[in-house]
Amino acid sequence: MALLIPAAAGLAFLVLPLAGLLIRTPWRSLPERLAAPGVLAALRLSLFTATLATIVCVLLGVPLAWLLARTEFPGRRLVRALVTVPLVLPPVVGGVALLLVFGRRGLIGQWLDSAFGITLPFTTAGVVVAEAFVAMPFLVIAVEGALRGSDTRYEEAAATLGAGRFAVFRRVTLPLVAPGVAAGAVLCWARALGEFGATITFAGNFPGRTQTMPLAVYLALETDLDAALVLSLMLLTVSVGILAALRDKWITSP
Amino acid sequence: MDHEPVKGLDAQLIVRRAGGFRLDVRLTVAPGEVVALLGPNGAGKSTALRALAGLLPLSDGHVILDGRVLDRPADRVLVPPDRRPVGVVFQDYLLFPHLTALDNVAFGPRHHGRGTADARSIAAGWLDRVGLAAYARSKPRRLSGGQAQRVALARALAVEPALLLLDEPLSALDARTRLDTRAQLHRHLGEHPGATLLVTHDPLDALVLADRLIIVEDGVVVQEGDAATITAQPRTDYVAQLVGLNLYRGQADGHVITVPGGFTLTAADTVRGDAFVAFPPSALALYPNRPDGSPSNTWPATITGVQQHGDYLRVQLSGPIEAAADITPAAAIRLQLSPGQPVWAALKATETRAYPA
Repeated sequence: MALLIPAAAGLAFLVLPLAGLLIRTPWRSLPERLAAPGVLAALRLSLFTATLATIVCVLLGVPLAWLLARTEFPGRRLVRALVTVPLVLPPVVGGVALLLVFGRRGLIGQWLDSAFGITLPFTTAGVVVAEAFVAMPFLVIAVEGALRGSDTRYEEAAATLGAGRFAVFRRVTLPLVAPGVAAGAVLCWARALGEFGATITFAGNFPGRTQTMPLAVYLALETDLDAALVLSLMLLTVSVGILAALRDKWITSP
Repeated sequence: MDHEPVKGLDAQLIVRRAGGFRLDVRLTVAPGEVVALLGPNGAGKSTALRALAGLLPLSDGHVILDGRVLDRPADRVLVPPDRRPVGVVFQDYLLFPHLTALDNVAFGPRHHGRGTADARSIAAGWLDRVGLAAYARSKPRRLSGGQAQRVALARALAVEPALLLLDEPLSALDARTRLDTRAQLHRHLGEHPGATLLVTHDPLDALVLADRLIIVEDGVVVQEGDAATITAQPRTDYVAQLVGLNLYRGQADGHVITVPGGFTLTAADTVRGDAFVAFPPSALALYPNRPDGSPSNTWPATITGVQQHGDYLRVQLSGPIEAAADITPAAAIRLQLSPGQPVWAALKATETRAYPA
């Protein structure tokens, strides 16, 4: 009993706000609110940037995870710790850090601007950068775990058949950890979709360009509560959908 | 100097591992020859195989295959596994689970510069040779143990390796499949033009499949030779146990060998100096009382254990020498065997072999 009461309270604490969201949702005006031009633009931008950020994370994160799981080099533990920093870093701080580096006067931003005329802050590309920065650790950790769990002797067998390091990675390692990469990518995509702090700090809040769903929710909350509810409901639906898709991989207890 | 490069494998495998284990094995395998590396678990067999495949660098020594140096730490030469003309059949086969049997076999040719279609047709040829053409599209998890073993063999042979390595190729199979697969493996190894090294702890695999046996214990070669020599003249307790012989070492003077403790055995052979004496358990007869007649090669012993051993009972004896005797169930009933019981053992000199140590 001493444990049941706080347990029930904990469950209620987690579930009640979501239930409240469902109860307060203006179901009758839902269709027309969904059709409002701002909503669709925010949704489209969110899906687009989260997907692009996930692709960036996969392209950069999978090799990084491979490096951490399959090679020995001095400072590997430090690198691993650095990779997880964005996990614990407040996203706003991440946004500030991105501004300092990729901003128009930032270390790399300055050079990008003068050499290629590329500016990242306050652009859609900036949204992708902010989301990728925050979401990549999820992918790296998931893929590193999958790599550590896979049998390296398959890679040795491939090597004895004449496959070089990259061929082994592409034709044996990657297919064997594909489920892990997929799970990591979905988790990464969900994190990118919900990203708020780093995005608003680094990319700003311009409708149609950098205003993603979470930003639109925040803005709508100040002017039109029902619009905020509808947007929130959409994000909730997507999140639950991901949870359902991943239930076998992550939710099932061993 | 202008020599003809030596064909086949010439290796001096020296590997030092943390914990004090040291492997130091000299190996030569001629093209077309099948050599078995036989030894108990932990003897260093797998270490030797990994070193030959390039999966483990040597600490010292060399690996030379068809005249080409693959590993020689003294000269800082180390050819990585993917650049060695070496095929490996792993203990649990390690067929790639995401590829079909055909693509598993085509994997090697594909990475030896063949196009996809070409590699697949080579692979199809090999699957046909091992009798699995019908399983080309099957994923490894749909294959039985014996089929998986044959796919693994086809995969290793499809790159036409100058050296084929087999790691306990039959140990994962049940007894019936084993018999069949062993016979097929024997045929395929006979057709393989390159050198073959078989690593096993199963003496039967080694005796059936190999032309020559190299026996390793604690990282060193303890005996080397063809099956007939090794089964007739074991030189360590491990080998004696493998081939089922009683083995003693002592000082010989003609037909009589004195073992430590002063006990003497009489053999049919003539030897002098440091020598081994070996006899099969079936050469010992047991009596409840001292047998009449020949006074040599009889001794009082005590039964320490009895086990069923095929159609015989194997009786463990202590006394002036430890020995195993095989007796028939009928004889056992006559003797009323039980541990601790004193008996007389008599050994036939004609079945006792003596040879120099």
